Amino acid sequence: MCSLSILSLRYWVKKFASAVLCSGCILFLPAVCTSAQKEIQPVDFEHEVWPILVQHCIGCHGPEEQQGQLRLDSKKAAMHGGVSGRLLGESSSESLLFHRLTSEDADERMPLDQDPLTEEQIDKLARWIDSGHEWPDHLGAEVAPPVAHWAYSKPLLSAIPLPDISWDNEPIKTEHPIDGFIREQLIQVGLFPNPPAEPAVLVRRLYLDLIGLPPPIEVVADFVKNPSPQAYQQLVDRLLASPRFGEKWSRDWLDLARYSDSNGYQADQLRDLWPYRDWVISAMNADMPFDQFTVEQLAGDLLPGATDAQKIATGFHRTPTCNIEAGVDPEENRTNQVIDRVNTTATVWLGTTLECAQCHNHKYDPFTQKDYYRLFAFFNNTPMEVENTKRDGIQFDFYGPRMELASTPAMQTQWKKVDAKIEHAEASLRQAQQDALVRLKDWEQQILSGEIKPSDVLTKAMIQEFKKWINTKDRAQRTAGEQEKLKQAFWKTDPVVRQHRFQVDTLKRDRKNLEPSTTLVMLEMASPRTTHIFKRGNFLTPSRQVSPGVPAALHPLPENAPPDRLGLAQWLIDKENPLTARVRVNQIWEEIFGLGFVASGEDFGLQGASPSHPHLLDWLAVQFMTEDWSTKWLIRQIVTSATYQQSSVQSPAHKNRDPKNIFLSRGPRFRLPAELIRDNGLAISDLLEQKMGGPPIYPPQPPRIWRQTGRGEPIYRVNDGPDRYRRGVYVVWRRVAPYPSFVNFDAPDRTRCVVQRPTTNTPLQALTLLNDEAFLEMARALANRILESDLVDDRDRLQQAFRLCVARSPSEEDLSILQRLLNDQRKSLQAVPEDAMKLADAGRKELSNQSPENIRERAAWVCVANTLLNLDETITKE
Amino acid sequence: MDASDRILRCNRRALMQQGLMGIAGAALGTLVSRDSSAGEYVGDQNRTQADHSPRVRNVIFLHMVGGPSQLDLLSFKPELQRRDGEKMPDALWENLRLAFVRKQPNLFGSPFQFRPQGQSGIELSELLPHLGTVADELTLVHSMHTEQFNHAPAQLMFQTGFGQFGRPSLGSWVSYGLGSENENLPNFVVMNTGQIAGAGNSMWGSGFLPTVHQGVEFRSQGDPVLYLSNPPGINSARRQRILQSVHDLNAAHLRDVGDPEIATRMSQYELAFRMQSAVPELMELTDEPQYIHDLYGTKPGETRFANNCLLARRLVERGVRFVQLNDQGWDTHGNIKGGLPRKCREVDQPIAALIADLKVRGLLDETLVVFGAEFGRTPMIQDGQGQLAGRDHHKDAFTVWFAGGGLKKGFTYGKTDELGFHVTENPMHVNDFHATLLHLLGLDHERLTYPYQGRNFRLTDVAGRVATELFA
Repeated sequence: MCSLSILSLRYWVKKFASAVLCSGCILFLPAVCTSAQKEIQPVDFEHEVWPILVQHCIGCHGPEEQQGQLRLDSKKAAMHGGVSGRLLGESSSESLLFHRLTSEDADERMPLDQDPLTEEQIDKLARWIDSGHEWPDHLGAEVAPPVAHWAYSKPLLSAIPLPDISWDNEPIKTEHPIDGFIREQLIQVGLFPNPPAEPAVLVRRLYLDLIGLPPPIEVVADFVKNPSPQAYQQLVDRLLASPRFGEKWSRDWLDLARYSDSNGYQADQLRDLWPYRDWVISAMNADMPFDQFTVEQLAGDLLPGATDAQKIATGFHRTPTCNIEAGVDPEENRTNQVIDRVNTTATVWLGTTLECAQCHNHKYDPFTQKDYYRLFAFFNNTPMEVENTKRDGIQFDFYGPRMELASTPAMQTQWKKVDAKIEHAEASLRQAQQDALVRLKDWEQQILSGEIKPSDVLTKAMIQEFKKWINTKDRAQRTAGEQEKLKQAFWKTDPVVRQHRFQVDTLKRDRKNLEPSTTLVMLEMASPRTTHIFKRGNFLTPSRQVSPGVPAALHPLPENAPPDRLGLAQWLIDKENPLTARVRVNQIWEEIFGLGFVASGEDFGLQGASPSHPHLLDWLAVQFMTEDWSTKWLIRQIVTSATYQQSSVQSPAHKNRDPKNIFLSRGPRFRLPAELIRDNGLAISDLLEQKMGGPPIYPPQPPRIWRQTGRGEPIYRVNDGPDRYRRGVYVVWRRVAPYPSFVNFDAPDRTRCVVQRPTTNTPLQALTLLNDEAFLEMARALANRILESDLVDDRDRLQQAFRLCVARSPSEEDLSILQRLLNDQRKSLQAVPEDAMKLADAGRKELSNQSPENIRERAAWVCVANTLLNLDETITKE
Repeated sequence: MDASDRILRCNRRALMQQGLMGIAGAALGTLVSRDSSAGEYVGDQNRTQADHSPRVRNVIFLHMVGGPSQLDLLSFKPELQRRDGEKMPDALWENLRLAFVRKQPNLFGSPFQFRPQGQSGIELSELLPHLGTVADELTLVHSMHTEQFNHAPAQLMFQTGFGQFGRPSLGSWVSYGLGSENENLPNFVVMNTGQIAGAGNSMWGSGFLPTVHQGVEFRSQGDPVLYLSNPPGINSARRQRILQSVHDLNAAHLRDVGDPEIATRMSQYELAFRMQSAVPELMELTDEPQYIHDLYGTKPGETRFANNCLLARRLVERGVRFVQLNDQGWDTHGNIKGGLPRKCREVDQPIAALIADLKVRGLLDETLVVFGAEFGRTPMIQDGQGQLAGRDHHKDAFTVWFAGGGLKKGFTYGKTDELGFHVTENPMHVNDFHATLLHLLGLDHERLTYPYQGRNFRLTDVAGRVATELFA
């Protein structure tokens, strides 16, 4: 190896190389040495170096793949280097290329996972570098080196364009910044914005977007009468302040947080995490600044003097699935959870798919495997979440840190009362046990005579054994242990003792129910684990040790940031972070318009979609930070734009030129997400129960949806009371068997972070809305609502029902379709009164005194309501 | 956002990278001109229907949940029987990770007899007498291996190619790749006997594929498909009348607002109505002749694996692409001598009947029947002695079999060592198994991709080899 001697040659080589370049000469480097230095053999790039690159390098660093963003099939790109920096220095010893070819570290040494290059090959490359790394222009591909990807540079404010447009020769001023950016692009592509939406349609859109519920019919009527900008502003203010806002806007966040009420995997036991769900709702309602929202969820426990709420917030990362199947490898389980935390954090805040870097450097984006495990290290210090309760190395239980929710004084008074009762009952039990002993001898005889049959507390085997003892030994001969066993078994079967035991057990169960709920939280261990890079992502093959750190290609950790989750959170919300604000703005834009500026919201990287409106995205991102990361500010900006308020009607031009509405020449129109379909139906039928928060609810679902194997299998008990009619966000989310009507409307199983739910259109959705018991109840209640109103004639009633469902007034055609249906059903139900009874659910107490005519009328209206609840328009925001 | 969107997006990116397109989106309007069709039971329209000519059109996948013992059913190991009761070799025990066994266990030779069957002489256990009668239709693979040794992760691995939640199942990939042949029935149907597997609905989930591709569970009690039946008081005529009004109102609104999604929804309501008659008609087994019931051992009205086998035949007759039958109860940690014969009696006759019946009807040539499980069982004993002996989970070597079109019949592939512990010849990883299966359906596992989170995902991730040696 000639690297030692080469160092001193650097100057010469450099000088000479430029001379070579100028002369256009390609091939060689003449020996230029002083007497003390060894001669460098000239290298013929085309015949000596290029074949090595082709054979060993460009498989991964060429036209197909650019691992580490490096291409070696192109002069320009090769000179530029990749993620790890410039490839070629002034001498081989200063060159990354040389270092990577000769490294002792298997994770670094190229070609990765293959035999190293031969000494001769390395020597050729070293001499090529040292002789000025000439590369003739005619060799290799003509590609430009990759330019810096937009998403990795900070967003900058650009001037707001305010193009004026005209409608039928009438000029329209552009005043709202959002409209400025949108219209500028519309003009470029030759599209034109739609006129404003009808007031009734607009007010419904606003309600569904801001609180996820339809507008009350009176609000619609008022706004239709006076659709002024002031009236609109007032509606916006009122809705942003509504507690329903948080229930609506928590939904997409809970998808990101993969929040659910169960562990996943076999048995899929329930877990208590709902206080975290409630925390998200109240944070949304309070418009908690997104930077604070971030810090509390990722590291609330590490904040100085952390409050209970801040600890509850860390439930964000206690959501990963947990396998407690017998025989599980707990370390594998824990590793999978940490990996999930890393991947989810990157997806939610950085719009980056880091998963690839778990096994190797990211193929496209500037993230290395080392970056991945440095992030891993931030999350590697929480305790194991499964516990081997039996200490047999086989059976595990879900465990991990949890926190008791604060108890109220009323609860404490209750405890004291119950505790006193328990004490009393236990004393009575002890007395009863003593008193019962006079019957023990009789009992022994009954065992012998077979009068006492085996039961769940007294098995056949036990009886066999007892018979032996009683037959062969009198009391004095029995061991203390044998005597004790007999006594215990006797107490278990003696009816008087059992009665006392039952009382104690009941009281203890009451006590347990009074105990405060718990919620899962993050907790940092006192002594941190060491983190290693896993070869090929496999936890069984750890290699180099790494320390917590952020990806080298992005900004550094803020000064004074601690090297823990808190520091990572501070880095995410640092104003230098080019991604966080953009990604959040994109998420919110997508929730409203159905499509983000970056269509691949989960991937802002090189493989992601280019932003449709880069300047607007950046403008909103910068302003979002300036406005103290206020989500409500951002939403208000969006909904007060003309872009948001325009009609969603599609013309043939829309369909031909922008079918996905990327350029926003019309308002958003798309099907509601699963939970809102439920909420909307409950509100329309006036069944909606407004109670907020607390443990999950169990609305009707078909039988035998929850059927699992394994220990602690939970049971689905349908709520009868008001809980049955609460909003979808509170419905119990069991991972291996999620609420089936939600599944039919594209709800995820929440086993993984989901950025975009698909919006499909299937026959199973039709069947759900037509036949699900929950939706049938809504149809009955809507019929009831109409019949109990002051309205008397069909036309008024049909109008009212129609408006309740879609806000706008029906056309004459709509009315006549419904009227014909109503008439037909009245007639057909006359022939089949038992159908009318069933449809109206006439068995209910409140209908017991109704006449057959009334029942029939009610049933006919159930058919109308069933129709209206099934309209495309009813389940669509338009 | 549907698949075609994502594919279009990628194409656009590719175009831009090649410098053929100007500023993002300038020519987009003309490129993205298809109406959304995500709602229909069709495959991705941007894919050509198949990558090469398919050997089979349908799959019936029999997943024996829990992991049946290959060593007592399909993989004859006389040496293991000879060394029954010996301590397992130290070399095999070193660094071994098992789910339950914690102390170096003894070897456990099968207590059951094996006999050569049919012309091919394939050796099968005495517990599978019926399967023996169709042995010459079988293609056995003795060299399967997987990466997971706990049930739920291994089930996910076997059905989705990945040991954690979130990936699409095999059946949903097939639905995505090939589309449907029956417009009244879903493309991917699942039926379960016994309790649901630990991986739950994810066994037939669509992961990140559009949810139209997820398996639809047909149930033997209650509604065969959730929400299929009209509620009390609504008969078919009344339902039709209500649907007519829904249709008319939707049509009027479509005229006003012009969104093609409304048209799609209208067609989905029509399909739903057709399903309301097509599915019960399909599930009605009483119209089958007695000899068929005798052949399968079916009992109409009951929940039993035999009924599901007959239903599977009826489904593929009607063009349903992928039928998955899951049968719980094969996790024989103990009592192999008592438990395994009982389980075999439930499945042996109907499975053999299914193969014979498909053959008689000329359907076996275009159908692939697959029998397998998430993993196999150890050649060593776990817990119980004597009568109660059982086996632990074994991921390193187990057996699956195929029957159907395009395969060498009466053929065995892959070998394990004399104890059945390790694969010694032609290993078939789960990825290879999936690649081979897709190939038989005319799908190239490297081209069947879906763009998600910045990456083109495949069922076989970055691996998979088509075992062409199996092909006739």
